[in-house]
Amino acid sequence: MKTKIVTSAKRDKLFDVVVLAFCIITFIIIVYPVYFILIASFSKASDVARGNVWIFPTSICLDGYREVFKSGEIWVGYRNTILYTIVGTILFLVINMPAAYALSRKDLKGKKIILFYFMFTMFFNGGMIPTYFTIKSFGLYNTFWVMVLPFSVNVYNIIVMKSFFDNSIPSSLYDAARIDGCSTTRYFISIVIPLSKAIIAVMTLWTAVSMWNSYFNALLYIKDDGLKPLQLILRNILVKNESMNFTGGTSQVAVRQLAEVMKYSVIVVSTVPIMCIYPFVQKYFNQGVMIGSVKE
Amino acid sequence: MTKNKDIAKTMQTTLTKGKWKNTFLNNFELYLFLLPAVIVLFCFNYIPMYGIQMAFRNFKPAQGMIGSEWVGLANFSRFFHSYQFETILKNTLILSIYEIIVSFPIPIILALLLNQLKYCRFKKVYQVVTYLPHFISTVVLVGIMKIMLSPSIGILGAIAGAFDIQAPNLLAETSAFRSIYVWSGVWQNAGWDSIIYIAALAGIDPSLYEAASVDGATKWQKILHIDIPCIAPTCIIMLILRIGGIMNIGFEKVYLLQNSLNTSVSEIIATYTYRMGILKLQYSLSSTVGLFNTVVNVILLVAANRIAKKLSNESLW
Repeated sequence: MKTKIVTSAKRDKLFDVVVLAFCIITFIIIVYPVYFILIASFSKASDVARGNVWIFPTSICLDGYREVFKSGEIWVGYRNTILYTIVGTILFLVINMPAAYALSRKDLKGKKIILFYFMFTMFFNGGMIPTYFTIKSFGLYNTFWVMVLPFSVNVYNIIVMKSFFDNSIPSSLYDAARIDGCSTTRYFISIVIPLSKAIIAVMTLWTAVSMWNSYFNALLYIKDDGLKPLQLILRNILVKNESMNFTGGTSQVAVRQLAEVMKYSVIVVSTVPIMCIYPFVQKYFNQGVMIGSVKE
Repeated sequence: MTKNKDIAKTMQTTLTKGKWKNTFLNNFELYLFLLPAVIVLFCFNYIPMYGIQMAFRNFKPAQGMIGSEWVGLANFSRFFHSYQFETILKNTLILSIYEIIVSFPIPIILALLLNQLKYCRFKKVYQVVTYLPHFISTVVLVGIMKIMLSPSIGILGAIAGAFDIQAPNLLAETSAFRSIYVWSGVWQNAGWDSIIYIAALAGIDPSLYEAASVDGATKWQKILHIDIPCIAPTCIIMLILRIGGIMNIGFEKVYLLQNSLNTSVSEIIATYTYRMGILKLQYSLSSTVGLFNTVVNVILLVAANRIAKKLSNESLW
């Protein structure tokens, strides 16, 4: 008996070492690219090009950022993305939250049919081209609203919210409020919403991140440069390698190196704001995740 | 006496009347709550379904939907007989199945191992750090990959340079495309996807571990006989969802990674639909491909759900 315990403890120790080693290695793999982009964005263009920047920035140099902030295109994209994200997230909450709440109510007549109406769209859709023509026929093509309105309903998120309301808000609370003469709208605004901070936080995070990062809808429906979101402009710089007009460098090589460093800076500038909302939401996150894992 | 009865009667009628009015009012309010979402879905999800008939017509925008000639299944036979059909179907399936095989188990393994970590601070930092790549947009991700994998400036180039060999240009290499696609997805989402399993693991009854310890089980045995069976239902649900989305492989990243050198492996159904419909204005053919895709998806989802139900009593519906 005793020997058995000893051997299992020994094996456990070996196991711990293996697990820790695995975690450290994956940690480095995940962190390093992000870290490299960050330090490279602060480094001298020529140092990065020569491969001297590995663990620490060789010297602090803000040329890349200077070029980024000089570019009018990036500013316009930034403004558009911020507007799309804010308006889109608010619209999402205003449309989806009440619907999810209504679907969670047991006294809703015709609930099965309505639920089917919602769920059906998750599995079957018209496809890219019919949707494209529908949006054109509504006159939404190449307008501000095409970025926020057509895709503002997210059935998956409605179901997640519905199960939150089902599980976290006792129906006896509604009965009590109703006896006191409280209407549904009033009950929803002054009781349900304050009790749902966790799910609102998680939904806001999900929606804002996907709005900030999406480029496909803009690729399909936006033609005007003045309406293009940041991601489309990033695509031109990072993926299609279209260089911008520079004023900084003097020689060809210097210009090319500066264009590279500008890429690092533009990545940092475009990604940091959306990462910043995560810490605010984190404290609600564990609760939010548990909701997501609730079946149905 | 009769007076009392009368009063009781009127009271009752007002009560029932009020109750009826109340239920109606309540439901009316609830319907109002649902109305915006119902309208948006109707306009942008149900109306396009009417447009599916484009797949059966020779659609010309100038002639309108009804004015365009009805051609039956001609578009389908054109698509099935086109020389690209086999390639894009194969590319879509291979890419998608490769992705599921790799990126479905990794978050589970990550969650199981993370669950074993005792060092609390490292564990917290590790979790936050593994979530972060999830917030990076596809465009930026592809941009980072281009930098990292570039033979001249990237890590790859530097490593190859240290050994004095010429680094391959992986982004132009057809054989590397699928691996780049799948493993960059793992890098970005493994941490995030593991959240749900970590939550499931946190819900396991601790007395199970205590009982196992008394019996002298090693940690490895505990993972095998407690952790895995306990999170299996969650895993199965996630797998069904993944299988239901096999044909829905994301357009965004594939399109960004696509270049003239790798189209033979990177052209998938979604990019083909886009190219045909939006760039080449072949509306009918493109809708046909889209409809084909949707139908296959629905069949896969129903089949996966049925199999899961039979094997383990876990299902979506």
